Amino acid sequence: MALVVVLGLLLFAGLGCGGDETATDETTEDTAASTDTSAGETTDTSEAGDEVAAPTGEPIVFGALVSATGPAAALGEQERAALEMLEGQLNDRGGLLGRPVEIVIEDDQSNPNEAVTATNKLIQQDGAVAIIGGTISPSTLAMKPITAREGIPQVTMSAANAITDEPPIEWIWRTPPKDALAVARALTYVSEKLGITRIAVLHDENAFGSSGLAEIEKSAADYGLEVVAKESYRTDETDLTAPLTKIRSSEPEALVVWGTNPGPAVAAKNMDQLGMDIPYIGSHGIANMTFIDLAGDAAEGVVFPAGKMLIPESITDPAQKEVVDGFIAAFEEATGQRPNTFAGHAFDSVGLLVDAIERAGSTEPGDIQQALNETTGWAGPDGIFNYSETDHDGLEVGDLIMVRIEGGSWVLAE
Amino acid sequence: MSLQEFLQFVFAGITSGSVYALTALGFTLIYNATGIINFAQGEFVMLGGLAAVSLHSGGAPLALAAIGAVAVVTVVGLLFELLAIRPLLNASILAQIIVTVGASLALRTAAMLVWGREAVALPAFTERAPLSVFGATVVAQTLWVLGVTALIVIALQVFYRRTMLGKAVRACAVNPMAARLLGIPYGRVVLLTFGASAAVAAAGGVLITPISFMSYSSGALIGLKGFAAAILGGLGSPAGAVAGGLTLGLLESLSVGLLPWSGTSGYKDAIAFLILLLVLFARPQGLLGQRSAQKV
Amino acid sequence: MPRFGQGEGAESAAADAAVKPSEGGRGSDRDRGDRCGRGGAWGWASGNLAFLLFSLVALTMPLYLTNSYYLSILAFFAIRLMPTIGLNLLLGQAGQISLGHAAFIGLGAYGSALLTTRWGLDPWPAMFLAALLSALVAVVIGVPALRLKGHYLAMATLGFGEIVLILLIQLKGLTGGTDGVVGIPPLELGGWSLTDPRLFHVVVWSAALIMLRMALNLPRTRTGRALIALHRTEIAASSLGIDVAFHKLQVFVVSAVFASIAGSFLAHYVMFISPEGFGVTLSVLLVAGAVIGGLAGVWGAVWGAGLMVLLPEVLARYNEDYTLLAFGLLVIVVMIFLPEGLAGAPAKLRALRRTPPYTVASRTQAEPVEERGSECRS
Repeated sequence: MALVVVLGLLLFAGLGCGGDETATDETTEDTAASTDTSAGETTDTSEAGDEVAAPTGEPIVFGALVSATGPAAALGEQERAALEMLEGQLNDRGGLLGRPVEIVIEDDQSNPNEAVTATNKLIQQDGAVAIIGGTISPSTLAMKPITAREGIPQVTMSAANAITDEPPIEWIWRTPPKDALAVARALTYVSEKLGITRIAVLHDENAFGSSGLAEIEKSAADYGLEVVAKESYRTDETDLTAPLTKIRSSEPEALVVWGTNPGPAVAAKNMDQLGMDIPYIGSHGIANMTFIDLAGDAAEGVVFPAGKMLIPESITDPAQKEVVDGFIAAFEEATGQRPNTFAGHAFDSVGLLVDAIERAGSTEPGDIQQALNETTGWAGPDGIFNYSETDHDGLEVGDLIMVRIEGGSWVLAE
Repeated sequence: MSLQEFLQFVFAGITSGSVYALTALGFTLIYNATGIINFAQGEFVMLGGLAAVSLHSGGAPLALAAIGAVAVVTVVGLLFELLAIRPLLNASILAQIIVTVGASLALRTAAMLVWGREAVALPAFTERAPLSVFGATVVAQTLWVLGVTALIVIALQVFYRRTMLGKAVRACAVNPMAARLLGIPYGRVVLLTFGASAAVAAAGGVLITPISFMSYSSGALIGLKGFAAAILGGLGSPAGAVAGGLTLGLLESLSVGLLPWSGTSGYKDAIAFLILLLVLFARPQGLLGQRSAQKV
Repeated sequence: MPRFGQGEGAESAAADAAVKPSEGGRGSDRDRGDRCGRGGAWGWASGNLAFLLFSLVALTMPLYLTNSYYLSILAFFAIRLMPTIGLNLLLGQAGQISLGHAAFIGLGAYGSALLTTRWGLDPWPAMFLAALLSALVAVVIGVPALRLKGHYLAMATLGFGEIVLILLIQLKGLTGGTDGVVGIPPLELGGWSLTDPRLFHVVVWSAALIMLRMALNLPRTRTGRALIALHRTEIAASSLGIDVAFHKLQVFVVSAVFASIAGSFLAHYVMFISPEGFGVTLSVLLVAGAVIGGLAGVWGAVWGAGLMVLLPEVLARYNEDYTLLAFGLLVIVVMIFLPEGLAGAPAKLRALRRTPPYTVASRTQAEPVEERGSECRS
């Protein structure tokens, strides 16, 4: 049985070596990059010019935790792609404070327990000065005590209210619109534009969907709305005609469907099948082409809240428009795909951190924390961010638009 | 509850139940020949659907894509038997089952890498408006699923009862040693069984993708329900597999319909499983299973 | 009436003689020997030496391993080890399968989490109460379920696991549903809060080692011997007056309690729990871990839990996307070459170098679980 011990130690040696290897590989990649591309649209205020000096010195390490595999993989994939693209972009433009930037990306497999191990690794092994992530709220909630204990700033890409409602919040900021905001945007539309009072809710039972339902139930009365029926479904459910039939018997005037693909698409098709022609209000979880690809004709007329990146023409702030257009172009060039909202969250996370570090002129956690809290008017795909000591969410309802699906593409819903 | 609503719940149950039935059939086939539970069965369903999507979006007409997908997944099933199951035929059942667990993980991840993380769809086999019965609707695709399932069950019954090869397979299930002594090539029978099981699963996958889409992770829930259905109907009986599948689907959707309070549909699986447990406690061999005698 | 201890020892003595004439076993010394029937003081010492050595290394690791990343992996190792020991006993000694053990981990985790956050209990009493709850649930489900056999038992436990998972998700008022429970307090020992990873390591490993010791001792107890008997043939065992059902239930409950305690440690370590982690996937992986580790002896649980926790970490260093693919393939490969698990590897390596003796009786029919004590044939 000493074999067990020896094997264990060998495995740790393997772990240790593996970790260092990846670190060295990434550093060599970055410091080798020395280009003379012009610094066009940027997330930070670097000097415009045709020649940019290659970054030198000790790399600044951002640790990132995304759900690249597991149930949330569809969300994490683009986040990871955006992070990789941004790392290259930052170093091409001379790095941060003249030093190269390294974004070490870990995968939590959509499992909060894995997030714990990975966060410890990022802080201890990789020396991250800030953490970006997680993709899903349970992971973020598991990471929060660690970053709070270590005093490392964490910028999350998850939406649950609890992240900034429950203490400790001194070391965590978020980039996506909070669940409360998305719900507020949707319900405002329902009460003002549809002029109805009875709504029903069909939601995914996962953290995203349940959080949405809780928020809707809490605030419906504020908009003069009544939730007459609510049903839930498992994420991979194959048929939703049963809960829909049950909902129909309560005679709602509109149905709010809160979940991420493929559930909402199944719901749309099933509603068609059942002949339910009440308005379908979705969540920002369907702010992507996948929903339209899956639901096909059934997607027509569906409305949902989303960040303005979905319809760049709707952006009124010129600074934000420039940033968003640049991001979309760069992402398409790097990956051949249009960025979705999750890629946008990643972009904002990196951008806000870079902006804060530049303003602070240092990578000390306390300085980053203070600089983040002083963020005002920073524009990105998710909106225009204003953080403060008490507000670590940064956005407001006006940063979201209501989108309608018409002819298989998105238009602004009036 | 009105007749229309009741019928709608019944149709909902049949729609999901038919998926479970096909998956359960696959479990039963393999169990019959080897006594193993194939934990990768759901993944074969998933592969069938995804392969069809690839072939179809690559330009193949739907029918060809469907047949091609079944063929491809059958080959995967045969390879799986040769590489992973055959080396362990003399080992414990538990070891064989764990191998299928490993395979399900590997297949799921491979599918994620090949087809990406998003769900994909297939067009329905026949484009027509849903059928309406007393106001309750059912999509034509569901009838396709039921029809093909029925055909497969009938074919299996004929195969097992009337053909020499079928009888040989049944002999292997009863006593592999004796079957070998009689000159039946046990190894080839097992190989054939895995191929057939994969084909049935793939057919299921292709049939349901138009209704409920398919992604690399869809196999897990389908496999779980299929296993439950196979047990409920009685392991080893193809008719039992279908009965179990439809029953499970109906139990789920009727619990949604019959519970009066709003917000309780999330319990449907729990209720269905509870009933399954009660059935097992009362009738350990399942609804249509044979009481097995144990040699002392 | 043959004494089961003696019978077992005599058999392994004969087998030992066939394989390695120089090393015979003495059945009559079984009580003083180790679980393999190797007699006398030497048996006692070698069995216990392994345990002592292992404990020493495990508990002193924080002295030279201060990196909180490595320590967190080891913490998860210990947490995973506890239910794996339970399953090793259940599968290996009692011959019963359970695909629902993640539910017991979940019950322990939620029990501890809710009792401490909602009702202000201290963590240790909460852990105890949660374990008690799990034991009760294990009795309620075990009495009817353990009468089932093979795949039917597997399905019954799987169904049980699913029901618990769904209840955890749906009873939002009680459990918080998929939002989970935040702000779970850390454990405390003698006034020291166990947020320091090194202190937590020592405590959680102590618990795991105590369970390991209990499991290693099992064959010496009455229940242990009864299990060895009934594992071979339930009918013969019960015809000799052994209450088969009672002993099976006993092991089931003990394994549930081990799992529950693991869940409690998990809750106080991560300080956040959510229901999704306690589903079928974890249950199946736990069983896989137990089987891969080897069911012939309790040490298989250490191998198995270790592999299931450490291997994905190692694989993830290379490429996260391929981690589970490589992991799944490795599971297949390990089972093909070592169908009796990793713990049987040394024996198998040695057997490879020796021509096997001619034996008339050999297994023609696959049995549900390995022979207990097969690791001793070396």
